[in-house]
Amino acid sequence: MARFVLKRLAIAPFLLIGIVTIAFLVSRLIPADPLISIVGERNMGNPEVVAAAKAEWGLDQSLAGQYLSYMTNLAQGDLGTSFRTKSSVSQDLLDRLPATAELTITALVFGALLGILLGVTAAVRRDGLPDHLARLFALTGSSIPVFWLGLIVLSIFYARLGWLPGPGRLPPRTDAPPDVTGLFTVDSLIAGDFGLFWATLERLILPAFVLGWGLTGIVSRLVRAAMLDELFSDYVRTARAKGLTERAVMFRHVLRNALLPVVTILGLSFGSLLTGAVLTETIFSWNGIGSYAVDSTRGLDYPAINGVCILGGIIFLLTSLVTDVLYAVVDPKIRLS
Amino acid sequence: MTVALEPLVAATNTPVEGRFRQALRRPQFVFGLSVLAFWIIVAFTVDFWAPYDPLAAVGDRLLSPNADHFLGTDTLGRDVFTRMLYGARYSLPTAASVIIITVLIGSTLGSIAGFWGGWTDAIIMRICDVVLAFPPILLAMAVAAALGPGLRNTVIALIVVWWPIYARLLRGQTLAIKNRDHIEAAVSVGVPRGRILRRHILPLAGTPVLINATMDFGQVVLLTASLSFLGLGAVPPTPEWGVMIDEGARNFFQWWIALAPGIAILSVVMAFNFLGDSLRDLLDPRGRS
Repeated sequence: MARFVLKRLAIAPFLLIGIVTIAFLVSRLIPADPLISIVGERNMGNPEVVAAAKAEWGLDQSLAGQYLSYMTNLAQGDLGTSFRTKSSVSQDLLDRLPATAELTITALVFGALLGILLGVTAAVRRDGLPDHLARLFALTGSSIPVFWLGLIVLSIFYARLGWLPGPGRLPPRTDAPPDVTGLFTVDSLIAGDFGLFWATLERLILPAFVLGWGLTGIVSRLVRAAMLDELFSDYVRTARAKGLTERAVMFRHVLRNALLPVVTILGLSFGSLLTGAVLTETIFSWNGIGSYAVDSTRGLDYPAINGVCILGGIIFLLTSLVTDVLYAVVDPKIRLS
Repeated sequence: MTVALEPLVAATNTPVEGRFRQALRRPQFVFGLSVLAFWIIVAFTVDFWAPYDPLAAVGDRLLSPNADHFLGTDTLGRDVFTRMLYGARYSLPTAASVIIITVLIGSTLGSIAGFWGGWTDAIIMRICDVVLAFPPILLAMAVAAALGPGLRNTVIALIVVWWPIYARLLRGQTLAIKNRDHIEAAVSVGVPRGRILRRHILPLAGTPVLINATMDFGQVVLLTASLSFLGLGAVPPTPEWGVMIDEGARNFFQWWIALAPGIAILSVVMAFNFLGDSLRDLLDPRGRS
């Protein structure tokens, strides 16, 4: 097991170098001119301004030279300076990471819990309402455009019914809680401001629901199928014969065995959650990594785009490693080599 | 289609006709096929029967659904229903070109990697690993932004993101087929390697490619619309579904602008998922439940 983890960790840097290289190549071997986004359309006719900007941002060096200096800086943890915000990309990413983390983790927890709940009830009472709901989630989960779903729930629950607040992490004209973790819900609790806690939590509901939708579908189908496989096995009959309540049989015996596939799926779905986050953050004006990526690509801000790609790659590598290890921990039958 | 069907015959014992009849008994398959057929017919014939011009202002701005405008009008007074119908002309061909080209590139590289082995294999597969380590949407966004807006560039961006999936698939297939007896026989009578690959390996690897391509088609439609929605794909005033949803997002109190294009995307992607599922159940004995 330790050897497996070490092996995976040893490959990771090479994959990262590959990711960085591809991101770099994509950003440099292209027709569009990043100078426009630095000096602005109007100054492009002014050769002095253009030359100065080129020198300042290292764009006057050869491609190989740019690559070399980018890699050297990267080795020191420096992702460069954003063309657009004119501040350090690593700082920009750090500032925005908590917003995305708060959204993604909430979506993950929400999707998993609702999925498990629906899956269990669907298995116990086939063709009941939860079963149909689970089926709806599963059918649409991988085919619904998240950005459209976000729009629909906003126009129903915010614009029409007014039950939930509109886009954004904070109510208008409200200051963020004192920064501790960067997660507004946690920070407001630490500050003891329960009003703000509720306000930030309320604003998480719709985006997390939208982002967790696909996951709910996958998890509920998996749990349902796994539960049905287990329901007729000997140990369930034994548990029932002992006189355990149906609830104890389901949750303590069957569900525990049915959760195995869920672990893998949660890990694997992190990548698609990230994809979903880009779109969800755009619809909900959520100031996280996803909307940063969108703004950067729209502004041809290459240092920022590369930064996001590298961060995405790291997250992807880590989650797939953790998933593999977790899988082995949960299921002793699997031996990693 | 005929090219794709040959390997099916080779991979299964029942004649294709029987398989098809079997498929028609599945509601999933029938639904998927009908929805797809509907959109293809719309894409080809919409010019002859669409109620309005998709690009012209044909009514007042932001009219809610009414007798003249079945799904209302948008910010420029264009008919939403007409624009939704025309959307099929953008999404389907875009996704089709992406899928066809990725399958060609991916299969070629993957089968070469699997068949040749050694350094060729190592290099091709490491590139695949790296590309697959990107969150797909980020790489597609970066490429699309770099190339500039427009659906042609969306196609290129999606090809860059998607080909490694088929390279991996075909490599695995080739490795599995490579050691079969008929290959050994071909090698022993001196058939050249390229010919073995083309004539004796690739035809047998067709089934999983067909299944995967069907499933992926829907996902490509989804990603195309996502890029357009983010302003990195089709540009206004193109009646592309993602662009229309973006227009709806700017006026979300007028729910009808975004509703129809979203349902259109959902229906197409679901149709392909259903078709892919049924194909897998019918053609791949191992995946049968």
